[in-house]
Amino acid sequence: MIAYLARRLIQAALILLGVSLITFALLYLLPADPVRQIAGRSATPQTVESIRQQLGLDQPFIVQYWRYLTNLLSGDLGRSYIQRSEVSELIVSRLPASLLLMVGAILCELVIGLSMGLIAAVKRGTATDQALMVGSFIGVSAPQFVVGLLLLYVFAVKLGWFPIGGYGTWRHMVLPSLTLGILGAGWYSRMMRSSMIDVLRQDYVRTARAKGLAQRAVLFGHALPNAILPVVAMIGIDIGLFMGGIVVVESVFGWPGIGQLAWQAIQRVDIPIIMGVTLVSACAIVLGNLLADIVAPFIDPRIKLR
Amino acid sequence: MKHWLTTTVAASALMLALGMASAAAQETLDQKAKQGGAITITYKDDVATLDPAIGYDWQNWSMIKSLFDGLMDYEPGTTKLRPELAESYEISPDGKTFTFKLRKGVKFHNGREMTADDVKYSLDRVTNPKTQSPGAGFFASINGYEDVAGGKSESLSGVSVVDPSTVKIELSRPDATFLHVMAINFSHVVPKEEVEKYGADFGKHPVGTGAYKMAEWTLGQRLVFERNADYWNKGLPYIDKITFEIGQEPIVALLRLQNGEVDVPGDGIPPAKFQEVMADPEQKARVVEGGQLQTGYVTMNTTMAPFDNVKVRQAVNMAINKDRIVKLINNRAVPANQPLPPSMPGYDKAFTGYAFDVEKAKALLGEAGHPEGFETELFVMNTDPNPRIAQAIQQDLAAIGIKASIQSLAQANVIAAGGEKDGAPMIWSGGMAWIADFPDPSNFYGPILGCGGAVQGGWNWSWYCNKELDEKAAAADSIVDPAKAEERAKLWSDIYAKIMADAPWAPVFNEQRFTMKSPRMGGDDKLYVDPVHIPINYDYVYVNDVQ
Repeated sequence: MIAYLARRLIQAALILLGVSLITFALLYLLPADPVRQIAGRSATPQTVESIRQQLGLDQPFIVQYWRYLTNLLSGDLGRSYIQRSEVSELIVSRLPASLLLMVGAILCELVIGLSMGLIAAVKRGTATDQALMVGSFIGVSAPQFVVGLLLLYVFAVKLGWFPIGGYGTWRHMVLPSLTLGILGAGWYSRMMRSSMIDVLRQDYVRTARAKGLAQRAVLFGHALPNAILPVVAMIGIDIGLFMGGIVVVESVFGWPGIGQLAWQAIQRVDIPIIMGVTLVSACAIVLGNLLADIVAPFIDPRIKLR
Repeated sequence: MKHWLTTTVAASALMLALGMASAAAQETLDQKAKQGGAITITYKDDVATLDPAIGYDWQNWSMIKSLFDGLMDYEPGTTKLRPELAESYEISPDGKTFTFKLRKGVKFHNGREMTADDVKYSLDRVTNPKTQSPGAGFFASINGYEDVAGGKSESLSGVSVVDPSTVKIELSRPDATFLHVMAINFSHVVPKEEVEKYGADFGKHPVGTGAYKMAEWTLGQRLVFERNADYWNKGLPYIDKITFEIGQEPIVALLRLQNGEVDVPGDGIPPAKFQEVMADPEQKARVVEGGQLQTGYVTMNTTMAPFDNVKVRQAVNMAINKDRIVKLINNRAVPANQPLPPSMPGYDKAFTGYAFDVEKAKALLGEAGHPEGFETELFVMNTDPNPRIAQAIQQDLAAIGIKASIQSLAQANVIAAGGEKDGAPMIWSGGMAWIADFPDPSNFYGPILGCGGAVQGGWNWSWYCNKELDEKAAAADSIVDPAKAEERAKLWSDIYAKIMADAPWAPVFNEQRFTMKSPRMGGDDKLYVDPVHIPINYDYVYVNDVQ
């Protein structure tokens, strides 16, 4: 187990190093000149060069990357070109909002996805099953920007049940969590359905039924705990999905997370922020996958760590 | 416009006769205004920094003006200069020495009184390359600027403290725009001790002399400004508390406004909702329309064939159907025929420019040796409505045989292409278009049409360089005497007319601003489309429902 963990952590570090190198190189190759952005349109060439030197952007690529990397190891993500604040401060101030949104989204996708999958499996082949599966298909394929605006319009503007965007209370959290969770709910319902159908065919379920247990007891006492395992093991992998989704969802709902920060930074070529958010996201994805792999054998003994 | 000029000129003539200009910033307060209340403003993008030496965004521009003051400012809702922290000023006959008498008893938010030393410190700081100010170039006419910009000195030799309430600024050349420069955010006065205390984070802990002071800033979420009870301009501001909510999409902000949760959506009415809002009389009544010191134009790279031929450039000017483009953006603009926008001094009302005439355009192309047209590229920023506008231009050009392929890129990439000598044959300026830094005709020339901007990484994307016009521009800007303002404006009109004859640009339209406000917001409409305190003048607006 420890050897496995060590190996995985080394792998994770290498992946992150690769991500940092590729992102840094891509941003370096951008034709946009960040110094021009900082210096403004009235700057003299002398001012531009002076700023370039101060930021060390006159150095060759390898020197710039090495300096970024050494700063990174001491926890320094640099200063934003546009906001002129510490990138780490900006990310830390926004991370709690993004994490909260992810927790909400995980709840949404589990509750919606698992119950849809469960019902579809039990009602397999019926119109209900088909309707639910069409629903899950829509959930997987609908663009989050559209889903978000639609939910906002119906539940916040027309019905007034929830606030129109913003951050602060649990009521602010419902619509963005739902928007982010719907995609995952679509996947989960399909996985849950096939897993449940598989379990319902097993001998122990037949035995439970033969004992004369009620349908409810069979489903919730025997089938569900077994069917749910492979699905729950996927949560860690979801984090990757969420990282893409939060950029859109946070923009629509005015949610002050790192997705919104990243989106604004991309529009303004604020390279230190783009680097910082990319690295933090990559960390989250790598850790999420690692967690999923470590947890899996505990949930499902058929899986072994090697 | 004319009215504005004549009144300014008359007033200026009087001032000059007295040898000293002095105008009370203390205007008659709005009798209907009530003190108190709180309002909510929304913005989509983060507020980057509130350091006046650095902030240069749509959302922080007016915030900085409310937290800090400069020696000069403008009468609310107008482009008319008046003293602000200065009580009066004196210009030497050669136009090279400006002496400002400071208002007494003005206090920073930390309680200390502002003095002439603070003015000098602020100017030294903004020009110091370590500050990395995007506005440093505005101060290039001050004596000693070169030394400070070059890192040889930390102090501008041209700025001297005569006594605690007098500052003398000496210029290396007469500069008619200098009073505007003293009104621009970059020149606003900051207290040294606070700047030193917070260092690079001063922009997050702004301390100025302005009408409001910072009460709270939750990064990425909200900023709260509180009324400065010690503000020198007694009676102002009216509102007790302004909350800026950040990260709100314009469309969400509009919904919240309709719901009564927001008072002013700072980013305006989203284009997709514009017609719906304007079709509803109740909502339309809450929209204020005003001009903007902005021009949208197509640049043609005069160093690249075939745009090195003036006839080709003139043909493009005639080929573009501006009325159709204005309709395409729901009439949120007026067609343009010259570089200057209509609300700018120097704008020539009588100038007609190039009329839309496809046949004449074709004929000109023929004369230029391209009867069959040619292939070229049109660069455009990739956010709506710019690609749609570029498509309309593309169709218009196709009608005279010019096949332009559209390069739709992120803003920074278009700017980078424009700054390369043979980077972009044509650029549609939308989304990056020139909005004046201050209401003076010279502001539309230097960086975007003068030789100085036609350098690698510059903003003169047509690479147009006319030495003769550069000299004329310098001559016009050396007319500092306010009594000769009309003569100066005329010189500038001539310069822009000559530019249009050479046609490095095809001016397309001047955007109009549309600000929407909640029914409870009070104050003159012009405060909501203030040409300088963009987007609205927070110091003078008020709410009607204060008890």
